[in-house]
Amino acid sequence: MAWLRGIAVVIGLIALWQAVVSVTGVPEFILPPPLDVAHALVADASLLAGHAVITIAEILIGFACGGLLGVATALAMAAWRPARDWLLPVIVASQAIPVFALAPILVLWLGFDLWPKIAMATLIIYFPVASAFFDGLRRTDPGYLDLARTMGAGRGTVLRRIRLPSALPALASGLRVGVAVAPIGAVVGEWIGASAGLGHLMLHAKARTDTPRMFAALILLAVIGVVLYLAADRVLRRAVSWHAESNPADD
Amino acid sequence: MRVKNGAAAPPIPAFTVPPLGIRVHAAGFDFGGAPLFEALDFELAAGSWTCLLGPSGVGKTTLLRLIAGLVDPWPGSAIACSDGGALAGRIAYMAQQDLLLPWLSALDNVLLGARLRRQPVDGAAGERARWLLARVGLAEKLASLPAALSGGQRQRVALARTLFEARPLVLMDEPFAALDAITRHQLQALAAELLHGATVLHVTHDPWEALRLADRLYVMAGAPARLGDPVVLPGAPPRDVSGAGLATRHAELLSLLADGRREAA
Repeated sequence: MAWLRGIAVVIGLIALWQAVVSVTGVPEFILPPPLDVAHALVADASLLAGHAVITIAEILIGFACGGLLGVATALAMAAWRPARDWLLPVIVASQAIPVFALAPILVLWLGFDLWPKIAMATLIIYFPVASAFFDGLRRTDPGYLDLARTMGAGRGTVLRRIRLPSALPALASGLRVGVAVAPIGAVVGEWIGASAGLGHLMLHAKARTDTPRMFAALILLAVIGVVLYLAADRVLRRAVSWHAESNPADD
Repeated sequence: MRVKNGAAAPPIPAFTVPPLGIRVHAAGFDFGGAPLFEALDFELAAGSWTCLLGPSGVGKTTLLRLIAGLVDPWPGSAIACSDGGALAGRIAYMAQQDLLLPWLSALDNVLLGARLRRQPVDGAAGERARWLLARVGLAEKLASLPAALSGGQRQRVALARTLFEARPLVLMDEPFAALDAITRHQLQALAAELLHGATVLHVTHDPWEALRLADRLYVMAGAPARLGDPVVLPGAPPRDVSGAGLATRHAELLSLLADGRREAA
């Protein structure tokens, strides 16, 4: 059912798009009709695929780095008081910095290849993962902690056996946000300076007023984002299947 | 291991720890300057079940947590064990919430203490956990997650986990309060049977529950709270609460509790 609804929404949006083009008679270089974009998708398939692979690699590597760093930071802050006292204000303050403003500097430092985009994606994923996971780690039900204390558990064991697993649903929400924003980081990085990737392809096509190709790249980005999100959501749900509230009616 | 043939009954005691008596001396605690209770002296006789009755907010739970070592008492408070040893590491704790970890099966929840102490959980320990779950009537539910169990079943797992700890002092904070009447009745009987021989301190606000289970009960009332004289109940728990003598006792307890509330107000 959800599948059919999704397809219906996509068809509806394409119909609306076509209707806007037909009714307003907007020129092709502003808003190309869906069929032209479909044509661009097919005609430029291998070109688009090549750039898409780059962008996907940036997103996935960035997601892995940002996720791991975020998890490690949250664990360090939960396990070791000084880490928390020093890192927490830094993390809170750094959330206020617009990460995108760092993009030109990252390009300056890391060059035009994959690394500045991976750094961008890493940064943008790091904060939601670290803060969501740390929040989960410090919101352990105090009853569990009391019980563990009467059982004679050490701090490290409590962290590993109780606080960490009970924070997994929070980590899953952080990772969901992360996977949703990761493509933004990669594409913004590509806009600032790149020699490959879908963001780069879009700018390149814009310079040549090849609007259908811009739209083709955009659609590909949207599909990549949705597929990554759905895949991550599926894995995460399975990983915390005991957490009933997050999936009341799974399958 | 004796537990291996446990399923074959006649009942092997679920609780086999040597009894331990506790003497609490001058226990005091304050919340933000106002003493919640002070100078409480009482004794938990070895192997006996003591109920602590009192209106909500009087400090019963705090007193229990103080004995459990979960809050720091006033200086001068002292807890002595009948064998002269320290109390730390010799209590098991059972709360109103079952406190089962939702990601662990019933069996793994019973084994939690062993895991947290980095003790082996296979072999004898696993065998004993299975046997205890069978004793609380959940032999078929070893692999079930807490979410798949009813409230009564979850509290049964919590009881099995408490028994698995095999600690001489069992502290219970309204463990049956969240259950429906029939389930509560069944669990009271089960707990009385399986915890036979343990020294139990059981906090409750239900006079019937106290009359059914306790060897001895205290009423805690007032601000700062004091303990009344111990009420010693005859006969072995779990008692039949329809017995004529207990109805009179119940009325007495209710009036004691009502006095305590008036005093506190």
